[in-house]
Amino acid sequence: MLTILFDGVAYGMLLFVLASGLAVTLGLMNFVNLAHGAFAMAGGYTTVILMQRYGAPFLATLPLAFLVPAALGAVLERVLYRPMYEKSPLDQVLFSIGLVFMSVAGVDYFMGSQQQLVRLPEALQGRFDLAGVGIGKYRAFVIALCGLIALALQATLVGTRFGSRLRAAVDDPRVARGLGVDVGLIFSATFAVGSGLAGLGGALGAEMLGLDPNFPLKFMIYFLIVVTVGGASNIAGPFLAALLIGVVDVAGKYYAPQFGAFIIYGLMIAVLLLRPNGLFARAR
Amino acid sequence: MSASLALTPPLDRPLAERIAARFAADRRWGWGEILFWVAAVGAPLALPRAALLFNEIAILALFALSLDLILGFAGIVSLGHAAFLGVGAYTAGLFALHVWDDPLAGLFAGVVAAGVLGFLASFLILRGTDLTRLMVTLGVAQLLFELANTFSDVTGGADGLQGVAMGPVLGLFRFDIRGHVACGYSLAVLFALFVIARRIAKSPFGLSLRAIRDNRLRASATGVDANRRIVVVYTISAAFAGAAGALMAQTSQFVSLDVLDFHRSADLMLALIVGGPGWLYGGLIGAIVFKLLQEALASVTPQYWQFWIGLLLVLFVLGGRERLDLALKSLRGRFAAPRGRG
Repeated sequence: MLTILFDGVAYGMLLFVLASGLAVTLGLMNFVNLAHGAFAMAGGYTTVILMQRYGAPFLATLPLAFLVPAALGAVLERVLYRPMYEKSPLDQVLFSIGLVFMSVAGVDYFMGSQQQLVRLPEALQGRFDLAGVGIGKYRAFVIALCGLIALALQATLVGTRFGSRLRAAVDDPRVARGLGVDVGLIFSATFAVGSGLAGLGGALGAEMLGLDPNFPLKFMIYFLIVVTVGGASNIAGPFLAALLIGVVDVAGKYYAPQFGAFIIYGLMIAVLLLRPNGLFARAR
Repeated sequence: MSASLALTPPLDRPLAERIAARFAADRRWGWGEILFWVAAVGAPLALPRAALLFNEIAILALFALSLDLILGFAGIVSLGHAAFLGVGAYTAGLFALHVWDDPLAGLFAGVVAAGVLGFLASFLILRGTDLTRLMVTLGVAQLLFELANTFSDVTGGADGLQGVAMGPVLGLFRFDIRGHVACGYSLAVLFALFVIARRIAKSPFGLSLRAIRDNRLRASATGVDANRRIVVVYTISAAFAGAAGALMAQTSQFVSLDVLDFHRSADLMLALIVGGPGWLYGGLIGAIVFKLLQEALASVTPQYWQFWIGLLLVLFVLGGRERLDLALKSLRGRFAAPRGRG
């Protein structure tokens, strides 16, 4: 029982890190980026390639799993995404679906369609008992790392100058520009960090979620649910939503496997109908 | 139709007559349209070997037409139109398997089932922004996918619904292995439903849908009950998609989970956007282009054709599809212009 709760929390934390970039672009900047999962996949495959071809240890690949998608995100934001900000949601959807299709087929071409296995280091394998509750070492590691990331994100958004500039740029780009904020640069940086975090999530999740070329399609809806259910007024909303979804999903799969992902989709539709701005959105 | 015009009582007769005459003129078939349908019937006759491909094109065209009704005319975005395709397909398949193998009865069953679901789902999309609608429609389609996957004793699950055997169309034409009857059947259904869609689009109701699309607030201010009309058109659109699904199930005599998959909705969107939403032939032409393109790409790179479809989507949007739309619009005016006028 508690083990399931623990696994759910680890899953939820992972979802949060994966979706946090999307929470900013979709939730705050109102840009519908269905291709967010592609960046997560980029991170996952970075780790896989480094480990399989160059024999790098798992932990050492994690920084690169962040940096490679971040660089990719920065470049794509400059070249492709920038002109899309002003377009209608329909255009953004079509555009990002196109990117998803390209990434799926591209990875399939270069890496093959099979599931990629990530070998965890010895120290992170196995379980230990804590007050009678079996706890996977790797899951504990994921929770700790993702928790740190969440705290760092919250601190950055609320406490730093960059955070206040970002919030200003999102709320009213014109006024922010007038006050001397480089809105374009801020968006680029935000997009890059969001992509990087997704990549890190993809690398961390390769063992728990699986990794194959269909990753962006398979988890697209989960990321979108996290953001739409959580709302986007702050980081806490998506964080709580991700935890809720993680726990509900793991518990659902354990106790009522015949319902599959049914509960999650039903939850999302219900939330969107009752609270279109998200479960944890404050009234504006 | 005169009933809705009579909503404003002090309308003097000549004006009412002029409006009625305008609608009647608008409904007349243009030369371009007649040519299009002659070609649509002639192509499979000239190339009987490609009958299976023409059958697929006709089904996708019907599916795209149904999305055009809500996206092109009423401006409702949807990422989950596959939901109605799937419901139509499974209903028709199960109907043939358990009730009656008559194709038209099965088609009717698929249309009704999808229409009922569309009616219920339409209340979910009345509120909220485009983004909410995208999410809700996507969610509904995913929900149905999971449902079909879960109740595998009914739907066959991942193995698909097998052993669907269809009777002859109208009791006369048996489905053959080369797809000649299938192609004729699908084309006939497409044409019949197209005529209905055309009548709807060119009626005062269709005009009010466009008003809602362009400015919902103003449309409401002129007395158009936007919500009710959206419910109606969404139901009709779902029923059309259900017909496409039923045709798919009947002509392939097989239904798999694939009909509810996300890529169905995405491909459909691409087909419609290529043809241009907001005019009736957009979905039809888009379906032709999309299927031929898919066929060509699949014969070059069978496994990776999706990459090129994706690239096309990206370039299409980046290149500004509005500009292409404008260029097409002038062409379109001539194409669908009533006979006897410019």
